[in-house]
Amino acid sequence: MNKELKQHLILALDKQVRYDGRKDKLAYRDIKVKTGISVNAEGSAEVTLGKTRVYAGVKMAIEEPFPDKPDNGMLMVGAELLPLSNPNFESGPPGIWATEIARVVDRGIRESGLIDLPTLCLEPGKKVWAVLIDIVTINDEGNLLDAAALAVYAALQNTVFPKFDGETVEYGVKTDKKLPLNDKKPIAVTVYKVANHFFVDPNTDEEKAYDARLTVVTSDDNTICAMQKGGETPLTQKEVEDMVGIAMDKGKELRKLV
Amino acid sequence: MGKMIANDKDIVVPGENLAEGMDFLPGFGTYRDGDNIVALMVGQLRISGRALKIVPLSGKYVPKKDDLVIGNVTDITFNGWLMDVNSAYHAMLPMKDATSDFITRGADLTKYFKIGDWVATQITNVTSQKLADATMKGPGLKKLTGGRIIYVSPSKVPRIIGRQGSMVSLLKNTTGCRIVVGQNGVVWVDGDPQKEQLAKDAIRLIEQEAHTQGLTEKIQAFLGGSK
Amino acid sequence: MTYTKRLDGREMDQCREMEAKAGVIGRADGSAMFRTGKTIAYAAVYGPRNLFPRFLQNPEKGILRVNYNMMPFSSKGERVRPGGSRRSKEIAFVTKNALLPALDLSEFPNSVVDVFIELPQTDAGTRCAGINAAAIALADAGIPMKDFVASVSVGKVDGTVVLDLTYDEEAYDGPVADIPIAMLTRSGEVTLLQMDGEVNKEDMKKILQLGQKGINDIHKLQVKVLKEKYQSGE
Repeated sequence: MNKELKQHLILALDKQVRYDGRKDKLAYRDIKVKTGISVNAEGSAEVTLGKTRVYAGVKMAIEEPFPDKPDNGMLMVGAELLPLSNPNFESGPPGIWATEIARVVDRGIRESGLIDLPTLCLEPGKKVWAVLIDIVTINDEGNLLDAAALAVYAALQNTVFPKFDGETVEYGVKTDKKLPLNDKKPIAVTVYKVANHFFVDPNTDEEKAYDARLTVVTSDDNTICAMQKGGETPLTQKEVEDMVGIAMDKGKELRKLV
Repeated sequence: MGKMIANDKDIVVPGENLAEGMDFLPGFGTYRDGDNIVALMVGQLRISGRALKIVPLSGKYVPKKDDLVIGNVTDITFNGWLMDVNSAYHAMLPMKDATSDFITRGADLTKYFKIGDWVATQITNVTSQKLADATMKGPGLKKLTGGRIIYVSPSKVPRIIGRQGSMVSLLKNTTGCRIVVGQNGVVWVDGDPQKEQLAKDAIRLIEQEAHTQGLTEKIQAFLGGSK
Repeated sequence: MTYTKRLDGREMDQCREMEAKAGVIGRADGSAMFRTGKTIAYAAVYGPRNLFPRFLQNPEKGILRVNYNMMPFSSKGERVRPGGSRRSKEIAFVTKNALLPALDLSEFPNSVVDVFIELPQTDAGTRCAGINAAAIALADAGIPMKDFVASVSVGKVDGTVVLDLTYDEEAYDGPVADIPIAMLTRSGEVTLLQMDGEVNKEDMKKILQLGQKGINDIHKLQVKVLKEKYQSGE
């Protein structure tokens, strides 16, 4: 987006007009959460933010634990920006944006202690449950990260263990045992800054124009469990505080949806 | 005597039989397969006498001579500017057609257009390989400064412009915005943010209702009702 | 012949319950969803668009590229590792050949039409579902097509020829042959034909007839959803 177009977008924000018709800089688009969208996954969910659409799916597997955490279950988060979802996405190994999404979502889950990993240990050093989470994008019209984090959380809530006889996992036969989750409900909110405006849930135009962004994952007890600053422009300390405040408020709102 | 299979204004899909008989003439978007006239693309069927054609309702822009398009400067070469025209094909704006100024060898071309600039330009020539040339010499051709860009389906552009420009005039007059509609499905709107939004919503409505009757009245009502 | 009643109660010549929709992905130039039973395919079409590197370009006409991918959580078994496999590469290749004869890309020299097929949930017949979604998506993108394409798998389960196999039927305890077929819907010509298993020449005639029947049913649905989208506007 060239300088004049960006300036024009800022002038519109000055008048509380966003290019998709929203009149509030701190309002999300219409959010829908749907679970159980893929029957073969042990857990799955779809999140739509306006026209942005993201899937998250969970597969469970028995694996050997990491040597440094022999009595903990394993957690893996992957993200794929499917070329089906955006003309600019290409096939191939995950780029930096996909990696960033996966890493930030991973930290939010891990640091909030959402999944009780020790209870996923079956035989220390030998056999643990691995929770394999995958994020895929169906349609990218902005704000993939917040959508992905919400979808992952909803998919984890939806996850049940497959049947396991001690030797092999019988995929396709689901038990009614749910994944052990705490009640912290970590929610990611990314606050964007352009000129002197803060806003959330960018559309594609706004995503091309922003100066800086801060993703803040907050949990139900008002603690922050992960953060990531993005964009090439620095933020003042005051701005960081303000953005965290916005993320906490919006987090409360989003938490009601899952 | 042949017989019609589909009706005028029907939505038809590729491979669909439209008419049977050698006395029918296949026009745009159709082809002859033996005795049949067959649809080549999704669109609305238009029958005039024995001639059939399809008005497409989707599809990317392919440059055509004399089209006014909105381009985005992507590169500057020795002798001009390369523009993305929302198509599989770039358009080349040669120095001699960009300005009436005399440009000396080695001059800084960014003085005229720089990378990222949006311009209303006209296609002057297209080769069989779809290499397109453009010019800035003509009424309404200019650099577009500020404003915002809206993408529409190129197949809906004729409806957004309207007969003799009646629809776009209606949009301009009601919203007070400056509006340029490129044949390539790029629309430039510049005005008060709220009014731009109104113009954009009206354009989306035109796209949606493009093939329905009484479109002008619908848009008039929409713009009037939401003043 | 011992397979006399299908595992899910269908008639031998009956497709699973099907659903489709055109225009499901806003960013794409054309898109569609196709579901048969528990197998779901999404297809997005981008293009005709610029093709790089240049040596891939064909100055005579546009080229078609197809990408086929199962989502990591889509399979009945373990997680599918992202990044493609020999299987997905081969399926993409035969899918391209299944679709290409229907297209007329002569107006788009040096450009590419990209088709991306993604499966969020699978229960056999994924390449066929992918082709069915892709054909709708290509038409939705406004690509000129002289013909339409539809695809279905025909199988021989323990001696009986059946239409549109499920995973459980493919895994049936007894000899099973799986024959995915795609046809041009106007001409009836075959554009995809593969087989796992064993059949004889007499079976083959029956298999093609049954395939034709399934393809007719699927084509009706493809046409219906395309018309629905454009009749209602967007």
